[in-house]
Amino acid sequence: MPRVTYVEYTGTEHSIDLEVGKSVMQGAVDNGIPGIDADCGGECACATCHVYVDEAFLARCGEPGEQEASMLGFAATAQPNSRLSCQITMSPELDGLVVRMPEAQH
Amino acid sequence: MVEEAAPGVVIVGAGHAGGSAAAFLRQYGWKGPITLIGEEPLLPYQRPPLSKAWLKREATADNLALRPARFYDQQRIETRLGTRVIAIDRPARRVLLEGGESLPYAHLILATGARPRRLGLPGEALDRVLSLRSAADADALAAVLGPGRRIAIIGGGYIGLEVAASARALGAEAVVIERERRVLARVAGEALSAFLGNRHRAEGVEVLTSTTTEAIEGEGGAACAVRLGDGRRIPCDAVLVGIGAMPEVSLAAAAGLDGPGGIEVDLAARTADPLIHAIGDCTRRPLPLYAREARLESVPNAIEQAKQAAADICGRPPPVPEVPWFWSDQYNLRLQIAGLAFDPAEAVLRGDPAEGSFAVFHLGADGRVLAVEAVNAPADFMAGRLLVARQMPVPPAQLRDTGLALKELAA
Repeated sequence: MPRVTYVEYTGTEHSIDLEVGKSVMQGAVDNGIPGIDADCGGECACATCHVYVDEAFLARCGEPGEQEASMLGFAATAQPNSRLSCQITMSPELDGLVVRMPEAQH
Repeated sequence: MVEEAAPGVVIVGAGHAGGSAAAFLRQYGWKGPITLIGEEPLLPYQRPPLSKAWLKREATADNLALRPARFYDQQRIETRLGTRVIAIDRPARRVLLEGGESLPYAHLILATGARPRRLGLPGEALDRVLSLRSAADADALAAVLGPGRRIAIIGGGYIGLEVAASARALGAEAVVIERERRVLARVAGEALSAFLGNRHRAEGVEVLTSTTTEAIEGEGGAACAVRLGDGRRIPCDAVLVGIGAMPEVSLAAAAGLDGPGGIEVDLAARTADPLIHAIGDCTRRPLPLYAREARLESVPNAIEQAKQAAADICGRPPPVPEVPWFWSDQYNLRLQIAGLAFDPAEAVLRGDPAEGSFAVFHLGADGRVLAVEAVNAPADFMAGRLLVARQMPVPPAQLRDTGLALKELAA
């Protein structure tokens, strides 16, 4: 299974194996990794699963959809490498993915 | 006698609130035992899809579950499903389970949720008179929806409208019967109500407003029609009653922790008993942005209060208060609502409902944004959420001006 590393705002790292087809948000929730709230459960409705994607993987994650891009435009502390992790689906090409969490999701 | 394990945190209610509290306790460093007790036979699951994807059979039990079963093992969270708590013994610090067993607690979290409000009308006990709260309810509802079937929906709230939309997607006919003069009368502004009422009619839903229900008629023990206050009769194959929910407070009340309209809690989700927290739909909580208290029925509220309780139990500072928010999906419409329009003085429309994408900002007498209702307008929702949080007065003309990026206003 491809591996994902989540880096908390404090710098604490969590690496997990994530099944292909699952979202990066679900990986965090399923493993009790702090820093991703995911209020809406992956519906792209809340922007509380905001992450910064490591530059090396940004292109491989694809482009954000229209809804996601609109939401991210207003997410607190958004940056060019911001994504909503519920919209990043795990694939073999993303093996080794590193995402960092913002200080807060609200 | 077997020696009892040291008491830990006992959570009564394994819904979104209870399940989230267990997860946050571990995230925040609680090392002791956690026991999650639920009446339903299922691990915590998402309720929002029950009226939508689950009803349309677009979701599986796996993606309905909040977290996989292994999560609870890995996090050392003991789950007691299909288990009813019948009393809280506060002096002894124990909960009593049906069947006679009792469990000690160091901290107790009540996450007992809400139950559907009943009509109190003749015929309510007939077969195929349904409500929608649990996965089992949704399965019963799915079984009566399909091509050629007709469902009468009593109540034009979110549940009723979402089910109407799902019924249409499944090829069934739907009639919505609403007592007030508009749908979503308690929870949305005029413009949103009008827009949604029209959209449902355009989708073939019969929407009857200012219409009361007198009785449900049966045939062979099952519902076959709804009789209206004006004497009309709506023949149907099933009835869904979606007229709101009541907080499930019987355990708390018997333990002396009740309040009018829900279990009273503070911003750390504490009840009057320092060892007992309460979270989610069963509570009446402070809303610091609005300087009042209310009971909120929403997943974001359940999660926020789960954080508050877990932080308090773990001795962490309380989390920053969040802006309440809600969402709903009907047809191809994504509704996102931030804030609560208490005593609104003015409603400002941004965008054009005829284009299917717009937002309504509700302003208070002091000009600040109390709430935003956005339809297929995610950027306006996000901007509105920021404006609500900042408690900033905003000139209506600026909100109305779609040439002006709201990002500038909210910055």
